[in-house]
Amino acid sequence: MKRSSLASLAWGLAPFVLTLITSSLILLFAGADPLEALGQILGGAFESTRKLADVIVALVPLLLCAAGMLITFAAGLWNIGVEGQMIAGALATTWVALGVKAPVYVMLPLTIIAGMAGGILWGALIGLLRSYGKVNEIFAGLGLNFCATALTNFLIFGPWKPPDGATMSGTDPFPQEAWMPIIGNTRASMIPLAIAIIAIIAVYFLLRDSYWGLKLKAIGQNAQAAQRMGINTRGNLILALAACGALAGLAGSVQTTAVYHRLIPSISGGYGYLSQLVVLLSGLRAEWVPLVVFFFSVIQVGSPRLELRMQLDSSLGGVLQSSVVLFFLLVRGLRQKLERKEG
Amino acid sequence: MANTLIIETIRSVLAASSPLVFAALGETLTERAGVVNLSLDGTILLSAMAGFVVALLSGSLMLGFAAAMVVGAAVALIIAYASIALKQNQAAVGFVLTLLCADLSSFLGQPFVRVPGPSVPHWPIPGLADIPLIGPILFNGDALVYTSYAAIIVIWWWIAKTQPGLKLRSIGERPEAAHSRGVPVNRLRYIYTAVGGALVGLGGAAYSLSVKLGWSHRHTAGMGWIALAIVIFGGWSPFRVAFGAYLFGFLKSLGSILQPVYPNVPTQIFQAAPFALMIVALLLVSGDFTERVLDYLPPKLRPIIASLLRGSPPAALGKPFEPQ
Repeated sequence: MKRSSLASLAWGLAPFVLTLITSSLILLFAGADPLEALGQILGGAFESTRKLADVIVALVPLLLCAAGMLITFAAGLWNIGVEGQMIAGALATTWVALGVKAPVYVMLPLTIIAGMAGGILWGALIGLLRSYGKVNEIFAGLGLNFCATALTNFLIFGPWKPPDGATMSGTDPFPQEAWMPIIGNTRASMIPLAIAIIAIIAVYFLLRDSYWGLKLKAIGQNAQAAQRMGINTRGNLILALAACGALAGLAGSVQTTAVYHRLIPSISGGYGYLSQLVVLLSGLRAEWVPLVVFFFSVIQVGSPRLELRMQLDSSLGGVLQSSVVLFFLLVRGLRQKLERKEG
Repeated sequence: MANTLIIETIRSVLAASSPLVFAALGETLTERAGVVNLSLDGTILLSAMAGFVVALLSGSLMLGFAAAMVVGAAVALIIAYASIALKQNQAAVGFVLTLLCADLSSFLGQPFVRVPGPSVPHWPIPGLADIPLIGPILFNGDALVYTSYAAIIVIWWWIAKTQPGLKLRSIGERPEAAHSRGVPVNRLRYIYTAVGGALVGLGGAAYSLSVKLGWSHRHTAGMGWIALAIVIFGGWSPFRVAFGAYLFGFLKSLGSILQPVYPNVPTQIFQAAPFALMIVALLLVSGDFTERVLDYLPPKLRPIIASLLRGSPPAALGKPFEPQ
């Protein structure tokens, strides 16, 4: 191997090594055995076919949300509102699933369309606030995330409460027609996975080859220059947020129809925030997203075992995920700094 | 009788808002220097946990507050280093730290969830607390509340009236010009980011040791975002920022007063209200909407209202500075 490619490999591995070192220190500080804890996480994800299927379950919303967020990142937007867009999709889907009677081949497409519509609505609302109200999308998105969560609780404990009384476990189960078919006795489902894979490929080509992708990137690079070149900045920002909303809404929709078969209070499960980390760690490049998503899903599925076996809080998984991204940003900056010095 | 109730309400709003005052003032200092510390929501959680745990284990409140301020400053310094020395996006690093600190607070704080612990003692200022009306409102709290009043005045004075404050404003507005006059732009940015972060940390410990006692998962979740929004709402000026924090505290306690009065209104409305309010407040101060409303006001009132609602961010906010 050449020296330069060896160096590249070392730079690429550095964030992971640094994360292992820091998380080991954190675990020692908390009085736990680092090797055992990290082993439990890996073991938790790979111990059985059922667990492996759970990794696939976690892949789907992460892929969909990350695909959507690549679009908004291209336009230079900090779309922290993905969580709320997911929730809006789940709410619209629940509304259809609980209110409409239809055979399965009508019902499932309907739930998907409803989910996307809900997400589009929520995303466009952020876009409107940003484009016409000059409210920074970080605050618009974040504020609407909290509103979406409150709306979910209101619906679960109000209009959509089960006949025997509302609980934190959510609404009544959907009718069977609104259940995505699953693989064997696992929780994984092929249709959402296929949609998610198609979505990330579509976004890759959209941003690389399409005219709209080019326009979004022009806005992301320099919004004022793009405006002078005759690109409708306001409108395209709203469209970008709506497009991301469609994909995030779809993610929320399949969380209800494929995973829980009902609406639960924390239906978005933090996947919206996580996908932000995914996209950052992918260096905003679609081709790296699947690998990062797989890595994050393994941690997501494996870390609850920390609670069962070691009485540690499963938030260690989140610590690992965000540390990798933090070190990735720091190492990248350091590398660029050194290269500037040399060159 | 009604008077005592009103006095008590105002007093409790002022006291309950003190963490937000600290955090929003800290962020104001940081942003006036040209750096955005987006990590507030995570920093407040981590410092609230650290402050509570250190105070509990050491038996010293002072050590607890010191630990929280060190945590706040340390997180802020990561952002400063990543953005100033390494030229990484401030929003990216800040957001990642938000999540990292929040999860770290849950992980490390787990053994201390709902453990009873120390709190800042109530301490009416002798003499001053007996002044009619003002006394029971302003001087009937704890040391932390008094510190928050002092912080508002000191930070306003520092930014507006002192020589170092002039430098602070210049590095946030026109770093190139400041640099050519010999102001060490980036070194000052490090310092103000760290000091601002320490104040945010103090705000975190103010929650766990005075306002919302103890520790639980996601103890203060959401408050950091509110503090960030209040800085914008307050137009980056200390008095208006503090006013924003108190206004928010007042509306929040109004919610808890109104909730039992209107039992038919779903509780979720009261949960979502602070964040809906945040969006509306930002719409008010940044949208074109305000301009149009101002046009309808009598000309005499216009500049007063405009100066209350309008405020522009420091011109170099979020932009890295490279000395030539």
